[in-house]
Amino acid sequence: MNQRFEIDQAKLSRDLAIRRVGRVGLLLNPIFTYFFLWAPILLLVVFSFNNSRGVSVWRGFTFDWYINIFDNTIGSDASFSTGLLLSSVGNSLIVAVATTIFATLIGTATGLAFARTRFPGQNFLDAVLYLPIVIPEITQGISLVVFFKIVFDWYDRITGVTLSQGFVTIILAHVTFTMSYVMLVVRARLANMSPRYEEAARDLGANEWQTFWRVTFPLIFPGVLAGALLAFTLSLDDYVITFFTTGSGTNTLPMFVYGLLRTSVTPEVNALSTLMLIASTILIAVSLGLQGRNAADL
Amino acid sequence: MTKQKLNIPDRNMEAGIALSTPAIIWMGLLFITPLVVVMFMSFLNRARGGGELPYTLESYQTVFGGFYEWDAIQEGFSKLGTVGSFAEGWEVFGDILAPDNPYALVLFRSIRIALITTLITLFIGYPLAFYISTRESAFMRTFTLFLVILPFWTNFLIRTYAWRVILGEEGVINNALLAIGLIDAPLEMLYTQGAVIVGLVYGFLPFMVLPIYAAVERFDFNLVEAAHDLGANDWSAFWRVVLPGTLPGVVAGCILVFIPSIGSYVTPDLLGGTDGLMIGNLIAGQFKGTGHWPRGSTLSIILMCIVMLSLWAYNTFGQAAPTNRKEK
Repeated sequence: MNQRFEIDQAKLSRDLAIRRVGRVGLLLNPIFTYFFLWAPILLLVVFSFNNSRGVSVWRGFTFDWYINIFDNTIGSDASFSTGLLLSSVGNSLIVAVATTIFATLIGTATGLAFARTRFPGQNFLDAVLYLPIVIPEITQGISLVVFFKIVFDWYDRITGVTLSQGFVTIILAHVTFTMSYVMLVVRARLANMSPRYEEAARDLGANEWQTFWRVTFPLIFPGVLAGALLAFTLSLDDYVITFFTTGSGTNTLPMFVYGLLRTSVTPEVNALSTLMLIASTILIAVSLGLQGRNAADL
Repeated sequence: MTKQKLNIPDRNMEAGIALSTPAIIWMGLLFITPLVVVMFMSFLNRARGGGELPYTLESYQTVFGGFYEWDAIQEGFSKLGTVGSFAEGWEVFGDILAPDNPYALVLFRSIRIALITTLITLFIGYPLAFYISTRESAFMRTFTLFLVILPFWTNFLIRTYAWRVILGEEGVINNALLAIGLIDAPLEMLYTQGAVIVGLVYGFLPFMVLPIYAAVERFDFNLVEAAHDLGANDWSAFWRVVLPGTLPGVVAGCILVFIPSIGSYVTPDLLGGTDGLMIGNLIAGQFKGTGHWPRGSTLSIILMCIVMLSLWAYNTFGQAAPTNRKEK
């Protein structure tokens, strides 16, 4: 009896030690990981207000770097002027707005088709629509380069007009990879929504068109808006696919920023980064607000 | 799902076709066709600004060159006996399959970087997902999860740039270490494979946390109590009950991290330098300036094959991406 008790004692202390290690690990891991996730971002923000060109010590608060952005000293290179920055922001907005319109129209229609109807080839289309989300951007980018090149060559041979890449090719590319996201968001919204409302409308004599505009659309509108905002953000943030489908004179904001990030580490770049972080935070807040309403009203 | 299926009348088929026609045309023209075109391009000869007939396997031979050279393979195997570490073993393994072939070298390096990234995110992400999903209050669960996802929604370029500020020669870490006198000269941290791995782990950690979080949240913790009652300690309860129960989430997370890591372009370009070059950069290089389109297409097809294989594994062993199961 005595011996058996001793063995249990040893096992008990070992198991308690394991438990203690587990507890400590489960406490340290989140501390370390949250620090790892947040420190780089906070660092950028802090140093964008630091009154020193280096990133070592805090030398007091300043807005100088933000003022410099609008005063023509952004990077170490003359090609990064305020004028070019603003025109790249303009280009990005043009692309993002056009992309959002097309992606939302097509994505919403497809989301409806998937959530409310069955048609032949549906599973195949489903698989194809998931692909742009998962396959590497570089693959999509170079495929489009090759594709546009061949199409433009043909067009040149037939009509004698030489086309080149620009706004249109960027927008075509952006719609291709954003409409899948819109489709998913709208479809998820419809899946959470009972089709009984639409049935009731039809029972009361509404035709398909009336049912859609007066019942379905108002109900899925928050989802459509959330999808549109997602498409807008993705288009605004995209670098790789834009890099391959752009032409001369159609620099977007991520392309401008990328050139800047590659060549210089200046406090002005930190300030510009902080401004972009603030812009994304606002977009996220709006999107979350929409999705919050999304969950609350059903 | 079944509820809706019952409610769908047959006449809706036409509506379905009509509604999905724009997407079918768009994806067919601007997604499927370009991929098919790239496949053809990979079998062409190089020409000015593109490729030309006749078909050839030249690009594949360049990329896999040395793969089938028996002497080189034998020599590589003879070196395997002297290997001392995992990293060394991998180098020799690479030598066996592709002696002195820069394309194969970068391909193997990309696979290695993506695998290491996946392992690190798993070791960081699993305990974190476990921590998040075991919070008592719903508010704390949402809040701790939100803290993981929020950085992920900000611009990827900016997040990667932050690591240039941290790891650079005059970066935060070097400045701090120099100031306290721990080092005399700046450490070379930027433009290494390590920097690329840090950047990828930073960028893709949420892809690991989310599916594991969903799996742990669905896990029935009564099973752990049962295991304890049957004499298991925390370690065996985790290893033999919790881990197998959440394995689909782990597999899903690993694949969701592996795919964007192997195909990454921005992170190695900004943090990697020549040492950290990955297959994505190699592909891009073939299409800008005086490139070799067929060779770039070949590399792209190889990348696609790796991704497709991973997706197949995801569908077979992983689970569906986390959805908002707990509606209220």
